[in-house]
Amino acid sequence: MINKLYASVADALAGVPDGATVMTGGFGGAGMPNELIDGLIEQGARDLVIVNNNAGNGEQGLAALLKAGRVRKIICSFPRQADSHHFDSLYRAGKLELELVPQGNLAERIRAAGAGVGAFFTPTGYGTDLAKGKETREINGRMYVLEYPIHADVALIKAERGDRWGNLTYRKAARNFGPIMATAAKCTIAQVFETVELGALDPEVVVTPGIFVKRVVKVARQGAMEAA
Amino acid sequence: MSYIRRTRDEMAARVARDIPEGAYVNLGIGLPTLVANHLPRGREIFLHSENGILGMGPAPAKGEEDWDLINAGKQPVTLLPGGAFFHHADSFAMMRGGHLDICVLGAFQVAVNGDLANWSTGAPDAIPAVGGAMDLAVGAKSTYVMMEHQTKAGESKIVERCTYPLTGVGCVKRVYTDLATLAIGPHGVTALDWVDGLQFDELVRISGVPLREP
Repeated sequence: MINKLYASVADALAGVPDGATVMTGGFGGAGMPNELIDGLIEQGARDLVIVNNNAGNGEQGLAALLKAGRVRKIICSFPRQADSHHFDSLYRAGKLELELVPQGNLAERIRAAGAGVGAFFTPTGYGTDLAKGKETREINGRMYVLEYPIHADVALIKAERGDRWGNLTYRKAARNFGPIMATAAKCTIAQVFETVELGALDPEVVVTPGIFVKRVVKVARQGAMEAA
Repeated sequence: MSYIRRTRDEMAARVARDIPEGAYVNLGIGLPTLVANHLPRGREIFLHSENGILGMGPAPAKGEEDWDLINAGKQPVTLLPGGAFFHHADSFAMMRGGHLDICVLGAFQVAVNGDLANWSTGAPDAIPAVGGAMDLAVGAKSTYVMMEHQTKAGESKIVERCTYPLTGVGCVKRVYTDLATLAIGPHGVTALDWVDGLQFDELVRISGVPLREP
């Protein structure tokens, strides 16, 4: 019997190696898999490359992972926020490498990795500092920049419901990067608030089919409203 | 003769006037967010948020906030009946694929050829952050900019060439400021309207670039 449900966050995170590229879902606080990231701090992997839209807020989740000194490099679109002080100080001290990527290019590079696309031409960023040194091409009178996929060893994502085959649904705008990150990693680990029997998820509304998910772990909901 | 600058709300109302029924619209963080408050009642307009929302509604009542339902500025919002959620690659496909009709962005500078600078002042100690700005700049069918006409030091933000790092090349079609509404086309910048009491010659002088009369 196939069972991708893991009993604890610690079990679900077993084997994440040092030096891994780890995608973490979320846009600000929405969709951020805080319990899995806390578990990754406990698990101890270091020298990580993190792929996220942001670079951590406040003290929890990604910010705590940065503070713990586990991250070598971060690939993101918008590190600077009102409460991104852990990123700010590590970056200013030269202790953290940053690859800044326009948000849509970040999403599409992740999607390309999951879809087996070798590279793609995008108009975003053409003529800007973020496209410096990159190959460009004119296609049908418009200028494009060549961008390569971003693959990951591990993706940590937050979903709403999951079953033992790894099928997932999401809640509102907490979906954001989850479905595409799930496709782009060798091992996708999803935290869910509810695990259900096979067949309980309406197949018409499954957003991430289980083929993209290796491990599912249930976490307690910390109140319906989770601060960003 | 003296003139009074448009307030931020008057600027937003001026932009809102140009958004037609049925338009798919992305309002950038900051000043452009105000436009939502001025869309005429009864005109159906679809607001898009880069983090995966179409049919975005106004802020919720106090106590009704849902932190799984936030806008690009990470503030709580609501979903209108008929609204939808989708993942990030789909959201940016809506931009890059030319499905959005209008995007309204703030800016540091706009050049007479439509170049946009709105993501970085290039200060050496600044932490860079771009978010969706570059995707929005080139993605919508029409990119509008909403900004003050001048910097606090009195320099025009309409320039021959942007001195700040570019967000997009030749992408801006229209600029709404506290003094005027400008259209950018292949033949340069045309002033469509400007505040009462301001003479056209004075607008040209303040702008520091050639302007055409409508």
